[in-house]
Amino acid sequence: MSLPKPMMRGLLAKRLRFHLPIAFTLALTAAIAFKYTVTEPKKRAYADFYKQYDAVKEFNAMREAGIFESVQPTGK
Amino acid sequence: MLATRALSLIGKRAISTSVCVRGGHGVAKVEDYALPAYFDRRDSPLPDVSYVQNLSAEQKSLKEKEKGSWVALSNEEKIALYRISFKQSFAEMNQGSGEWKSVVGGVFFFIGFTGLVVLWQRKYVYGPVPHTFEGDYKEKELQRMLDMRMGPVQGFSAHWDYENKQWKK
Repeated sequence: MSLPKPMMRGLLAKRLRFHLPIAFTLALTAAIAFKYTVTEPKKRAYADFYKQYDAVKEFNAMREAGIFESVQPTGK
Repeated sequence: MLATRALSLIGKRAISTSVCVRGGHGVAKVEDYALPAYFDRRDSPLPDVSYVQNLSAEQKSLKEKEKGSWVALSNEEKIALYRISFKQSFAEMNQGSGEWKSVVGGVFFFIGFTGLVVLWQRKYVYGPVPHTFEGDYKEKELQRMLDMRMGPVQGFSAHWDYENKQWKK
């Protein structure tokens, strides 16, 4: 009936030694994944949109659609 | 120590205010609340009292033998001494139960029942939705959103083809 003496000390340290590197790696991976799946495409989308953006043309289109209160469509 | 005692009251067993089943011994009198209690807790391994308070003659003689050399004790006697001091071993007190299945089942049942209640409410309690939800109104609303160029980069208007006046494929 002589069992081996169980681990009495250093239980938290042992757990941290194992889990902290995993935690840091996962967190870093999540951040990198988010950057390259969300923020980079979004930045590219905005850059591409504004490369060919003609503000005056858009304004006139909106004016003709009649959504403004300060200017009327050119017909009137 | 006070905290452990207080926590033990809301611990493993549900305890009413007037009746207390302590350590499986039976119903305790109200006065016993003031006395040190036995409890099986993982984070407080040595309770204030032994589990068995009233030793039988056999147990008393065993306790006497314990005062001598422990090498003389057989394994059964050692286990008997352990069981005098403690109700459940750590393995026994830590074992899980199947209670979670009942809990999850109950949760699903009541969520389903709530769904029925909500359906009934929608039919018999709430009035009609505002006129802004009607088809014509919604069409005009969405057309106005496109005219205003709402969400032109990645949002709503980004999916509309303004040249061909249709949704982009």
